Parts: sequence; structure tokens; C-alpha cells
Amino acid sequence: MNGAMRTVRVGSAGPAHRLVFALLAAVVLGLAAAPYWADRDGIRLLGEFFAYAALASLWNLLAGYAGLVSVGQQAFVGLGGYVMVTLAIFVGVNPLFAIPVAGLAAGVIAVPVASLTFRLRGAYFAIGTWVVAEVFRLLCAQIGALGGGSGASLPARVVLGIAHDRAMREAITYWVALALMLAVLGVIVLLLRSRFGLALTAIRDNELAARSNGVEVGRVKLLVYVLVAAATGMVGAWIFLQKLRVSPDSAFDVNDWTALVIFMTVIGGIGSVEGPIIGTVIFFIMRESLSDLGSVYLMILGLVAIGVMLRAPRGLWGAVAARTGWQVIPLRRLLRLE
Amino acid sequence: MLDWVNTILQGVLLGGLYAMFAAGLSLIFGVMRLVNIAHGDLIVLAAYVALVTTEALGIGPLPAIVVVVPVMALIGYGLQRGLLNFTLGDDILPPLLVTFGLSIIIQNGLLEIFTADSRKLQAGPIEIASIHLPGGIALGTLPVIQFLVAVAVIGALQLLLYRTALGRSFRAVSDDQPVAQLMGINNRHIFALAMAISLAVVAVAGVLLAVRSNFDPAIGPARLIFGFEAVIMGGLASLWGTLAGGILLGVAQTMGARIDPGWQILAGHLVFLLVLAIRPSGMFARPGQ
Repeated sequence: MNGAMRTVRVGSAGPAHRLVFALLAAVVLGLAAAPYWADRDGIRLLGEFFAYAALASLWNLLAGYAGLVSVGQQAFVGLGGYVMVTLAIFVGVNPLFAIPVAGLAAGVIAVPVASLTFRLRGAYFAIGTWVVAEVFRLLCAQIGALGGGSGASLPARVVLGIAHDRAMREAITYWVALALMLAVLGVIVLLLRSRFGLALTAIRDNELAARSNGVEVGRVKLLVYVLVAAATGMVGAWIFLQKLRVSPDSAFDVNDWTALVIFMTVIGGIGSVEGPIIGTVIFFIMRESLSDLGSVYLMILGLVAIGVMLRAPRGLWGAVAARTGWQVIPLRRLLRLE
Repeated sequence: MLDWVNTILQGVLLGGLYAMFAAGLSLIFGVMRLVNIAHGDLIVLAAYVALVTTEALGIGPLPAIVVVVPVMALIGYGLQRGLLNFTLGDDILPPLLVTFGLSIIIQNGLLEIFTADSRKLQAGPIEIASIHLPGGIALGTLPVIQFLVAVAVIGALQLLLYRTALGRSFRAVSDDQPVAQLMGINNRHIFALAMAISLAVVAVAGVLLAVRSNFDPAIGPARLIFGFEAVIMGGLASLWGTLAGGILLGVAQTMGARIDPGWQILAGHLVFLLVLAIRPSGMFARPGQ
């Protein structure tokens, strides 16, 4: 013993993270001020970006951590949209307040959906969730009061209820999207840093080992599924608040709300918090530069996703992180000697 | 009463088509645990290959099967060896994502080449011919032929799996890949053959679909879902079970459609969810599976 006592501390943030956090805070402030510096199209695009970033992060939590590869998340996007429109039209609720109600409804309905689809394993679970989404779509098409197959628009009085002047309304809608995305990311980070997150990460890395170490895999998966459904429902409600109208085909579209979201997550990097955000950025850059190509652009996106899956299964961020050890959001626990 | 008997019979005949969608899916799942999300889009691709064949050669859709089957089988072999073999493993995400990507590529590729217009293959006078049964029930000749073809295809697959050397290899790699390899089986080649046979079945199904109803590049995913429902309802890994599952789905759909045209597809899905709720291992699963 040389007398020098050494304390070991478990932490997750490194010294560089102060700088990173300061940068992130600056970015968030800049985004919050967007209605003062961006034009109308820019605001719309950013709002849509937030919605997709939230959907991709949620799908990543579901598939990347809990191992629940769903291709039926459009069920909850559409459900959220339909609940919001129904409440706004028939109850006269301000659509902004209808968003949390839509989330609650999606979460409640996710419980029986899970009890059915969880009976299917692996890839069959994936298609099972798709069937459920199709059932929701066909049922919504049967609701005459909501326009049946052609859908319904938000009435003008409801839209004016958000704000009378159009610029203000668009700014409010935008801020709600930003807040939703930040809340989704915040909850995911807090969740992953908690004991529960430790269980989730254990399931991600090795389900059998997690189970043998006492993780209640079934309960953890159910909880994640319901939580993700609720948040997806809120994002869905926002998406159709921005579109001002909802129809069964657009609300429950597997390509828009699941295929694209999966491609973003996989391209950016599944199983990390940063990956889905980076994937969403890449997707929007591709879309804005290639959208003139029409359906060829979707073929290119499919090819890129296949290429990334085969060459870099952890996505672009996974490849960077494996080489550099970087993590923007500190989730790993590090031992430090003081 | 007679109407309902007729409806059920129509459903049974429709079920033959669904069973063929399911058989190809079930075969590759059984051999390599791969669920092919692009399965429905490959059925639609086969329909378009048949369209091009009939137009180029000036032959009817049923003779065109002779061309479409080998073309699709070759595509299947190439797809498996060139792409899908690299996705197989313990993780279910790579095959799922890659076939999802393929699905999007096929759909949009067909859209680019053939536009979104609805197409149909004309089979000539046989389309309106019918067979009269005692009791005043008339069945379309074409649906009856389709059903018989489906039964024949599933019977042939069954024979292939349980009576031939190739079938033995399929079952061997399905049971234990490393050991099969030790016994001198080239797994990658066997997987590619399984996919080739799956797409040969898809080719027949695609042609029959194209004769039966209109098709366009976007209808693939719904065919995948029908096939999948038939597989699950029939109980995984049983070929005759998929026929039963297909028939159950077909009957549910035609009966739903009789109640209200908007309920056709929905009734099929609801029966599927019901089966999942009460007998998750399928109606015809072998015990102990």
C-alpha cells in the first residue's frame, strides 16, 4: 500500500460532452427560432423532419433495442391521426390538446394488439403487425361519418381555433413538432440511462443472456411496444394536423410511415440513439435532391438501404462509432479513476 | 341457401390461389427461416412477365406458363445466390430489410416500366365457360382449373419434399445447417434451389392471378399478406395445411363480400386474427410443433 486511496467512479459523460451539450443546446435554440428566420416552406420541411426523426427514433427503440421488428407502425400513426380528427370534428377539442389524447388511445389499443401479435415469432411478428394496420385502415374506410374511403378534412373553425393568423398557426404547429421530437428523444435517452434501459440494452445484445440474468424479457418488450405506440400515435396526430386532412390510404400507408422510417434507421445506424437522426438527415437530403426522379428515387433509396444492411449492418453512425468510440449522447457507463 | 353454398364454393376455389401464394412462402421459410417480404411483388412481377410473353409471342396466358416458370426460377436462383444468402443468420433484421428493399425496388421498377395502369391477361372463351353442378350451381371453368392446378402444385411440392433426394437435402439443411454441410451438402446451392422452386410456384400463381383479375404494380403487398395469413392459419411447415389455410381465407373473403363488398378483405383479416387468438399454432399444425 503506498497510501494513495483511489476512488473509482462510474459515470457516463466524458469531459468532451460539455462542449457537445453546449453545441446541441445552440442547435435547439436555433431551431426554436426558425419561424423568425426560415420561410414558410422551410418551416414545413423542418416540421416534417422532426416528425420523421421521432418516428425513426421510436422504431429504433422498438426494433434496435427490444428486438420487435414491426412493419405495422403505420397502425398507430393512422390511429393518432384519426383520433385527432375525430375529436376535433365531433367534440370540438383544440387539435393541439387532441395530440396527447391520441397518444393515450394508441397506447391503450396497443395492449390487445400486442397480446395477439406477440404470439408470432420474428419475421412473422413483422407481417402480423402489418395485418393489424390493414385492419385499422379497412375499418376506418367503413366509418361514414369520417368520409369513408375518401377521408375527412379539419373544419375551418377548428383550424382557426389554433390561431387566427396563418403565420402564427404555422409557427405553433412547428413548435409542437419540435417539442414532440425533443420529448421523444429525451424520454428515449432517460429510458436507456435507467435500470430499464440496462435491461433493454442487455436484450439488444443477447436476449438469452439477458433472460438468464433475470431480465423479464416479455414484460420489458410489452412495455416498450405500448410506449412506442403511444408516442407514435402522438406523432401521427401531429402529421395529420399539419396536413389538415386524413384518409385511410394516407393514414395507414406502409411505405410512408414504416418502409421509409426503417430505411432511415438502418442507413443511419440501428441500435444507437444518434443513428436514426443521422439517417433522417441523409433521407431528407436525398429526397430534396432526387425527388425529381419520381419512383426511381425510391428505388435508389431501397438500393442504398440494402447496401448499408449488407456492408455496414450497424449503419453509418455504427461504422463511425466503432472506429472512433464517439458517442454524442452518453449512454455507456465508463469507469474512471480519480 | 343455394346462394351461400355457391359463395362458399367460390371461396374454396379462390382459396386455391391463396394456397399457391402461401406454398412458395412456406417452402423457403421451412428450408432457411427466411420470410420474403417481396413475395407478393414477385407474384406481380410474374404477372408482368406473363404479360410481356403473351404480347411478344402472341400466345395465350396458360401456354405462357411454360416461359414464365423457368424465367422466375432463374431469377429466384440468382436472387438467392447473389443477394439473399448474404443476409441469412441469427439476426432476422437483414433478410427482412433486404426483402423490404427489394419489394420497394420491384414495385417502383414496374411502375416506371408499365405505369400504374391496371392490366389483365385475356384467356379467351374459357373465361366465360362454366361447369354446371346438380342443384343449379354453376362454377366458372377457369376458377376450377385454377383450383386443380393449385392442388397439383402443392401435391408436387409434397412429393418433392418427401420422395426425392433434393427434398431430403431441403429437410436436412432445415433441421441442421452445419451437419448438413458436413454431410457434403452445399447449403448455398440448396437455398438457391429452394428459392428457385418457390419462384416457380410464384410464376404459376402470378399467371393465374393475372387471368383472374386486374393487376397493377401496387397490389403485391396485399398478396403477400394473403399468403402469410394462409401459412399461419394452416400451421407453419405443413403444405397441405397451407391449402386448408388458403381455403379458409378464401371462404372468409367471399362470405364477407356477400355481406358487404367493403368487407371482403376485412373479413379475411378478422378470421385470421381470430385463429391467431384461439389457435396460435394454426388450425392444422402437427402436434408437438
